[in-house]
Amino acid sequence: MMGKPTIPEPEFTFPGSTGCPGCGANLVMRYLLKGLGERTILSIPACCWAVMPGYWPSNCLKVPLLYTAFEATGAAMSGLRAALDAKGIKDVTIVGFAGDGGTVDIGLQAMSGAAERRTDGIYVMYDNEAYMNTGIQRSGSTPWGAWTTTTPVGSTHGFKHEAKKDIMAIMQAHRIPYAATVSVAHPEDFIKKVVKAREVKGFRFIHAMSPCPPGWRMNPMHIVEVARLAVDTHAFPLYEIENGKVRITRKGKGTPVSEYLKFQGRFSHLTDAEIASIQKTIDENWQMLLAKETSGT
Amino acid sequence: MREVMTGNYASAYGAKLARAEVIAAYPITPQTSIVEKLADFVTTGELKAQFIPVESEHSAMAACIAAETAGARTYTATSSHGLTLMHEVLIWASGARLPIVMTNVSRAMAPPWSVWVDHMDSIAQRDTGWLQFFCQSNQEVLDTIIMAYKVCESSGIMLPAMVIMDAFIQSHTSEPVDLPDQELVDSFLPPYSPDLKIEVGKPMGFGSLVKPDQYMEFRYKAMLGMKAARDRVLRVEREFKSIFGREHGGLLERYECDDADVVLVAAGSVAATAKDVVDSMRAKGHRVGLARIRSFRPFPHDEIRALAGKVEGMAVLDRSYTFGAAGAMFTEARASAYSVQKRPVMKNYIAGLGGRDITPRILERIFEDIQVVSRRGAEDEVEWVDVAGLQRRWR
Repeated sequence: MMGKPTIPEPEFTFPGSTGCPGCGANLVMRYLLKGLGERTILSIPACCWAVMPGYWPSNCLKVPLLYTAFEATGAAMSGLRAALDAKGIKDVTIVGFAGDGGTVDIGLQAMSGAAERRTDGIYVMYDNEAYMNTGIQRSGSTPWGAWTTTTPVGSTHGFKHEAKKDIMAIMQAHRIPYAATVSVAHPEDFIKKVVKAREVKGFRFIHAMSPCPPGWRMNPMHIVEVARLAVDTHAFPLYEIENGKVRITRKGKGTPVSEYLKFQGRFSHLTDAEIASIQKTIDENWQMLLAKETSGT
Repeated sequence: MREVMTGNYASAYGAKLARAEVIAAYPITPQTSIVEKLADFVTTGELKAQFIPVESEHSAMAACIAAETAGARTYTATSSHGLTLMHEVLIWASGARLPIVMTNVSRAMAPPWSVWVDHMDSIAQRDTGWLQFFCQSNQEVLDTIIMAYKVCESSGIMLPAMVIMDAFIQSHTSEPVDLPDQELVDSFLPPYSPDLKIEVGKPMGFGSLVKPDQYMEFRYKAMLGMKAARDRVLRVEREFKSIFGREHGGLLERYECDDADVVLVAAGSVAATAKDVVDSMRAKGHRVGLARIRSFRPFPHDEIRALAGKVEGMAVLDRSYTFGAAGAMFTEARASAYSVQKRPVMKNYIAGLGGRDITPRILERIFEDIQVVSRRGAEDEVEWVDVAGLQRRWR
C-alpha cells in the first residue's frame, strides 16, 4: 500500500545545473528548496554549487543567490539577515549552502560566529567528504580510510589516517535550537526536517550526505543506493537535535559497513582488518548516539 | 554644533550622520572606540541600525558585502592586521560594485609588533578597487565619510571607499569638530537606493561564474567607475561646500604651491605639520609648498602632472615602503610627472614608519635637501629618514 506522497510538487531548480551525472548535491538542493519554498535567499561560497547554477547570466535556481568567499558563509548569512531586518522585510528564509570543506575547515570560524550570534538562518552543509570541486582533495570531513588525491594510496603511508570531524557535535555544542542530518536516499525525512527547521527562529544546521560519483570512485547509477547504505550501516545515521534533545529518525538495519564501502573505489584498497576497524568505530559511534538519545542529550 | 572629539569619535559620528543601516565590526587597536561609540549609538537608539558583532574582520567585510547587496547602507572600521585580513573580501566588495564605506586607522604591520601610525596597511590595499582618502584632520574624517557615501553610491561609480586616518595622531587626539545638522546631511545624502539588490521574487545570482570572454568587461567597467570618481569627488565636494561651508582640497590639496620652487608631496596627518613648516620657511624667504595627496585612489595624476610642470624639485614623503621598488606615493607621483617636458628632480623620503615622529625639524631638512638636490640632481632616489646608523643630519 502506497501512502500519500508528502514531497511538495513545486520545483525550484530549473534544468541546466552543470553538476556531474549522478551528483548528490543536485538532489540536496532540490529537496532543500522544495522544503523551503520561494521566499528564500541563498548564500553559496566556493564549492561545487558555486559552479553548478551555470555561467553568468544563467541561474538554474528559482531563488536569488549571493555568491560569497570560501570562508564567509556564516558572515554572509548575518549580513543578509541584518539588511532585511534594517529594511523591515520579514518571512524570508536566509540559507547558507556550503560544502564540507567550506564548513568544517575554512568556513568553521564564520559559521561558529553566526551560530553564536544566533543569526536567524539555516546553514546547510552538503557533505561529499572531500574538496570535490577542486579535484578530490581530503577535507576534515573525509572519513578514515578514504583515498583522495592528497591522501594517495601508496606503499609507505596511503589513505586518510584521521577521523572525520563530528560537525553535528560541534554545532550541538553551540546550543543551537535545531540541527539535523538528512540523506538523499530519504527525501521524505529530508523535507520534513527542512520544513521543521524553517519554522524555528535562530541558527539552524542541516548536515546533508551528498554522494559524489567521481570523488567516491563509483557508478553514478548507485548514488541513492549508496546513500541508503550509509544510513543502514550507521556510517551516516539520520537524527535531529531539537533544543539539545537528540532523536534518531531512522534506526537502520545495522548492515555491515563492507556493504557500503564495496560500491566505492575510494575504499577499494582497504584490507579486511582495516574494514573491521572501520566497523568497530561505526559501532562505537552508533552506541554513543543511542546513549545520547536515551539520555536526551 | 562644535565639539572637541577624537578622530575615532569623528568617524563614528560620520557613520551616524550618514545613517548607516548595517554596521559589522571587529575590535582592533587603535580603532576600538569607533566601534564602541557606534554600539552606544545603536543601543541608545540614537542610530537606527543593525549592529553585527562579528568574530573577525574578514567576516566584518563579508557581512557588509551581503548586507549592501541586499540594499542596506553599510559601514565598518578597522586597522592594520584587520585590514590586511580583509584583503580577499575588499576585492570582492569592489568587484561586486558595492559602495561600502570603511574607516581604516592606519597602523604599522607586525612583526615587530607596533600599534602606531604607518601607511603600509592602507597602501597594501591599493589594487583592491577601493577609493582611498587620506585625511589630515578629524573634521576631514567626519566630512569625508559623508561625502564618500555620496561619491560612491552614484550609479556611475558603485565602488567602495576607505577613509584613512593616522593611528593615535588622529584616532586618539582630540580636535574641535563641527557636527553638521542631521537635516542638512539628509538633504545632501539621500537614502541608498541601488538599481539592483538581492530580493525574493527575483532569482538572480550575484557574483556568478563568468567565462574568459566575459570577465574582462566586468573589470573594464569597474575601471570606468574609478575613472569617473575623479570628477565625482570634486563635484561632491563643491556641493558639500555650498551646504556646509567647508572643503578639504579635492584629490590633491595644494598649499602655497603657486609660486613654489620645490614642493613636498605627502599624505595624512603629517601634512598639518608640513603646512606649519612651509609657513616658517616662507617667512625666511624660501619658496616652498605642500601638495597633500587626499585621494590616493583615484590617484591625482593630472594634478601632480600640472604641479610637476611648475616646480624644480619634488620631495615625496612615504610613510610606508614597497620592498623592491620605493614608496608607493613616490612611484605614482613619478609616473604622473613622466610626460612633463621639463621634469622636476624627484626624490623619495621614507619616514615615520611604526609611529616614529616626523618632526618639523625633519620636514625642514627634507625641504632643504630637495632644494639642494634639485639644483644639482638627485644622488639617491630613495632615502630613509631618521634611521639609526644612517645619515646624522636627520637627528
